[in-house]
Amino acid sequence: MKKVLSIVLTGALAASFVMSASAAEVIKIGGIGPTTGPAGIYGSSVQNAMEIAVEEVNALDGDIQFELMFEDDTHDAETSVNAYNTLKDKGMQILGGTVTTVPCLAVGAEAVADNMLCLTPSASSQDVIDLGDNMFQVCFTDPNQGLASADYISQQGLGTKIGVIYNSADPYSTGILNTFLAEAEVVGLEVLEPQAFTDDNSTDLTTQVQACKDAGADLIFLPIYYTPASQILKAADDMDYDVKFFGVDGMDGILSVEGFDTSLAEGVMLLTPFVATSTDEATVAFVEKYKEKTGGQIPNQFAADGYDVVMTLYKACTEAGVTADMAPSDVCEALKAVLTSGDFSVDGLTGEGMTWDASGAVSKAPRGMVIENGEYQPMD
Amino acid sequence: MQFLTYLVRGISLGSVYALIALGYTMVYGIAKMLNFAHGDVIMVGGYVVFFAFCKNGFNPWISVLIAMGACMLLGITIERVAYKPLRGTPSLAVLITAIGVSYFLQNGAMLLWKSDPKSFSSIVGINGLNLFGGKLQISAETIVTIITSIVIMIVLMWFVKKTKPGHAMQAVSEDRGAAQLMGINVNGIISLTFAIGSALAAIAGALLLSSYPTLMPTTGAMPGIKAFTAAVFGGIGSIPGAFLGGILLGIIENLSKAYISTQLSDAIVFLVLIVILLVRPTGLLGKKTTVKV
Amino acid sequence: MANNKKMKKTTRSNLLMFGFVIVFWAVIQVVSLTGHMTSKLNGLLIPVCAYIIMAISLNLVVGFLGELSLGHAAFMSAGAFAGIFFYTTVGATLPKAAALVISFILGGAAAGLFGILVGVPVLRLSGDYLAIVTLASGEILKNVLSALYIGKDSTGIHFSLKDQFSLGLKPDGKMLIKGAMGIPGIQKFSNFTVGVILILITLAFIVNLKNSRAGRAITAIRDDEIAARATGLNLTHYKLLAFVSAAVFAGIAGVLYALNYSTLVADKFDYNLSINVLVMVVLGGMGNIFGGMIAAILLTILPEMLRGFSQYRMFIYSIVLIVMMLFNQAPALVAWRQRLVSKVKGEDRKAEEKVETADASYFEEMKSKSNEKTGNEESVKEEK
Repeated sequence: MKKVLSIVLTGALAASFVMSASAAEVIKIGGIGPTTGPAGIYGSSVQNAMEIAVEEVNALDGDIQFELMFEDDTHDAETSVNAYNTLKDKGMQILGGTVTTVPCLAVGAEAVADNMLCLTPSASSQDVIDLGDNMFQVCFTDPNQGLASADYISQQGLGTKIGVIYNSADPYSTGILNTFLAEAEVVGLEVLEPQAFTDDNSTDLTTQVQACKDAGADLIFLPIYYTPASQILKAADDMDYDVKFFGVDGMDGILSVEGFDTSLAEGVMLLTPFVATSTDEATVAFVEKYKEKTGGQIPNQFAADGYDVVMTLYKACTEAGVTADMAPSDVCEALKAVLTSGDFSVDGLTGEGMTWDASGAVSKAPRGMVIENGEYQPMD
Repeated sequence: MQFLTYLVRGISLGSVYALIALGYTMVYGIAKMLNFAHGDVIMVGGYVVFFAFCKNGFNPWISVLIAMGACMLLGITIERVAYKPLRGTPSLAVLITAIGVSYFLQNGAMLLWKSDPKSFSSIVGINGLNLFGGKLQISAETIVTIITSIVIMIVLMWFVKKTKPGHAMQAVSEDRGAAQLMGINVNGIISLTFAIGSALAAIAGALLLSSYPTLMPTTGAMPGIKAFTAAVFGGIGSIPGAFLGGILLGIIENLSKAYISTQLSDAIVFLVLIVILLVRPTGLLGKKTTVKV
Repeated sequence: MANNKKMKKTTRSNLLMFGFVIVFWAVIQVVSLTGHMTSKLNGLLIPVCAYIIMAISLNLVVGFLGELSLGHAAFMSAGAFAGIFFYTTVGATLPKAAALVISFILGGAAAGLFGILVGVPVLRLSGDYLAIVTLASGEILKNVLSALYIGKDSTGIHFSLKDQFSLGLKPDGKMLIKGAMGIPGIQKFSNFTVGVILILITLAFIVNLKNSRAGRAITAIRDDEIAARATGLNLTHYKLLAFVSAAVFAGIAGVLYALNYSTLVADKFDYNLSINVLVMVVLGGMGNIFGGMIAAILLTILPEMLRGFSQYRMFIYSIVLIVMMLFNQAPALVAWRQRLVSKVKGEDRKAEEKVETADASYFEEMKSKSNEKTGNEESVKEEK
C-alpha cells in the first residue's frame, strides 16, 4: 500500500514536469538569485528592484513589454541550474542573472550552450564573462575593483601599513584580494599579512582585527560585504583601535542595517557605483519606490544593479528591435550586436554612460565615497 | 600579553558556545535526542530581544524574560507537535524531524522578519575591564556571559541533583519505562526539559548577539553546530562537560586563528575534537558506560 | 518452509528494485524520444541518479551497519574533486571514454581512501560520538578544499593553502583549483544512461553484499555487537568493509554529480548535504534500499515542484518534511494507516505484526547495543 502510494505519488510529481511551452506576447526576462538561505538578502534585493523596473518599463506603454520571472536558487549551483531550466521551460528569452558568482558560473555554461543572453547584475568574477560572448555584467569585475582600490589608496596616500580582512570562502572577496595584492606590489604599498575568515567561522571576527592592530595597520582594506564589515567596525571600536577603513562596493548598505550604530562607520571610505542617499532624480525616485514596495527597506547596491539590468535590456531591446516572438538565440545575437556596438550607452543608477565591450565587462567610473555624519560624501 | 588577549577572546567566544551547549546537553540527557533545532530557537530568542530591547526600548531584563517566555512556549509546542508523536520510534526519526523543524524556523523567520541582517545592540549596560594599563581589555559582555554560564551550570546541576522534578528527570533519563511505572509523568518531565532548554536558548541568543551583533534568520545555525560539537567534546549529557567543552572549543578556535591560520581554524578545531575523542571516546567528562550482555 | 518463503520475498523485492530502475530509464527514454522532455526534467536526471547512489550507499552504513554518519557528503566531495581534477587536467588529453572511466575509478578510489583514513580511527567510537566525528571530518575536508589553490606554469606545479597570490604563478600559468571557486570550466558530461548504469552497479554490489557472509556479519553486528563478537567475527574488518564500500560509491556519485555542472566547489558538500542524504535514508526506511531510492527522487524534485509558491517554497518544504516523517514513522499514525489498509484488504494479521515498534531509542541502542528490536519494519520482516 505504502509502496504503491509512494510510486504513484512520485510518478505524478514527475509527470507534471512534462509540458510544452506556450506562445509569448511579451518579452520574457528571467531572473535567478538567492531569495532564501543565508544569502537571501542579495537575491530579494535584486528581485524587488527588477520588479520595480519592469513595472516602469511596462507603464511606458511602448512597443517593448516585459514579463519578469524570478526564481530562487538559495545560492547553490545545482538549484540555480534547475531554476534556469524552469525558466527556459516557461519561455524565457533573456536572462537577467544570476545574482551570485558560483551559481552564475554553472548557469552561465548552460546559457552559453543555449546562446541565451545573460546580463548579470552582480556576479562579478572575471570567470563569469570569460565563459562566452553572451555573458555581460552590470557590476564591476572583481579584478577591476582590486586594481582601482590599490591605485586609489596609493595615489591619495591613505595608509602606510595596510591590513586586509577578507572572506576566503567567497569568490567575490578572493577575486578582489588577488588583484589588490598584485597591484599593491606594483605601486609599492606595504600590505600586511591578509587576515581571512570563512562563512563558518565568521561569528567572531575580533581576532582578525586584533591581528591588524598588533601588526600596526593604519588602514584596513575590506573587500567584503557589509554584514561582516559591520561586525569588524564594532570590534575595532570595542578595542579602541583607531584605524581607517577602506571598502569596495559590497560595503554599500552598511548604513541601512537595521539597528547599526552608524557612528561606527564614520570616516569609512569605499569605492561604490551606487549611493542610496544621492539626490539625483533617478535615485530618489527609485529609493522611494523601493521603500514603498518593501515596507521601508533602503535599496542596496544589488538592488540598483538589478534595476539597471532591466533598464539596460529595455534600451538594448528597443535599439535592436527585439520582438516577443523571437527565439532566445536570435534575441541574443541582436542584443550582443547592440551592446558591443560602441555607441550604446546607458545612464543608470550605478553609473553614467555605462558601455560594454566585447568581453562583456562594463565600463563605468567608480566613485570614491566617504561616510561623514552618517551620510556618503564624495571623497574628492 | 598578546597571547592573553587572544586567550580572553577565546574564552569570550567559548562562553557563548558553553551557554548554547548547556541547552543541548540538557535536552539530550533527558529526552535522549539531538535537538538540531536548538540553534534556531536561539535565533528566535535573538529576534524577540531585538524587537523588545533594541527597537522598543524595553528594559534588558524584561526583554530577556519575554524572550525566555516566548522560547519556552515555542520549545514546548515543537516538542508536542513534532517530537512527541515519534516517541518510541528509532530516534533517528526524531533527529530528522528536528532538522525539519530547524528548516521550518529558519524559513519562517525569513518570511516574518525578512532576510536583511539586523545589528543587535548589546544588552549589557556596564563597562568592561581594562587591565595592565589598558593592554588587556575584557569586555563587559564577556564577563557577563561567563558569569551567566557558570551560574546556569551550577543551578542546573543543583536542580537535577537536589529537586524533585530534577530527580524525576534523572529517572526518566535512566529508564523511561521504569520511571513511568514509578508514577512519574514522563511526558510532563520531557516538556519541562524542553521548556528549560528553550529558556536557556533565549538567554544564549541575547548574549551571543550582544558579543557578535549580526542577526539574521540563519544566525543560530553555525553556533548551534559548534555548540553541539562542544557538548560532545565535553561528554554529551554531562552539564559541567558542556561548559568545559564550550570554553575549550572557543579557546582552540581563536588561538588557531591567531597563531596558525585564519581560514583553516575550523579544520583545526574539528581535528582536535577527533583526536580527543579517540583518546577519550566518551568526551572529556562523559560517563563511561560498560556494555553488559 | 519459512526459509523458502523468505528467499522468494527477497528475490522478489530485489527484482522489483532492478525492474524499477530499468522502467525509470525506459520511461525517460520514451519521454525524450517523443519530444516531451522539458529542460527542467532533463536537468534533474543526473542529480537524481547521484542522490540515489548516495542514498543506497549511506543505507549500507546507517541501515545495515546501524551507525549514524553525518559526513557522507565528504566522500562525495573527495570523489568529485579527485575525479574532476584528473578529468580537467590529464583527462583532457585522453579519449573521452577513457578519461571518464578513469575519472570514475579515481573518484571512487579517492573516496575509499578517505573512507579508510576516517574509518580506521573512527569506527572504534559509537553512537553520537561516531556521528560527530563523521560530521567533523566532513567539515575538515570542506574547509581544507576551500582553501586549496593549485596552479601550473612553465616552472611546474604550485600549491598553497592560503591564497592565489601566494602561488607566485608566472603570467603563462593556469589555475587548476581556485580555493573557494573550486574547479571552474569543467567540460560538462551528463548522460542519463551512464547514471542508470552506475545505479545498477551500486545496487548489484549492495544486494550481493547483503546476501553474502559479510552482509550477514554486518547486520549481526548491528543487531547485537556483543553476540557478534562472541561468535568470533572480526568486527573492525566488517565495519570497515561497510564504511569504505559506502564511501567508494559516494565518491563515484560525486564524480557523476560534478560532471553535470561546469563548476565544482567544496562548499556544496557541507553537513547540510550529508543531512539531506540521511533524510532520504530515514524517510525511505532504514535498511530499505528501495524506499531510500524513492525518497531520493522525491526529495530532489520536491523543492523544484514547490517553485510555484515562490518565497514560501522552502517554508512549505520544511512542513512537508515534518509531516512526511510523522506520517511514515509516528506509531499512532502507522497503526491508523494499517487499520485502514486491513479494513480495505480484510486481513489483520499483517497489521498486528507491524504495529509492534521498538521502544528503545536509536541512540540508546547505539550505546548499549541491547537486544531490543529496533529499526524498521522492512528489515525486521526480512530477517524473520
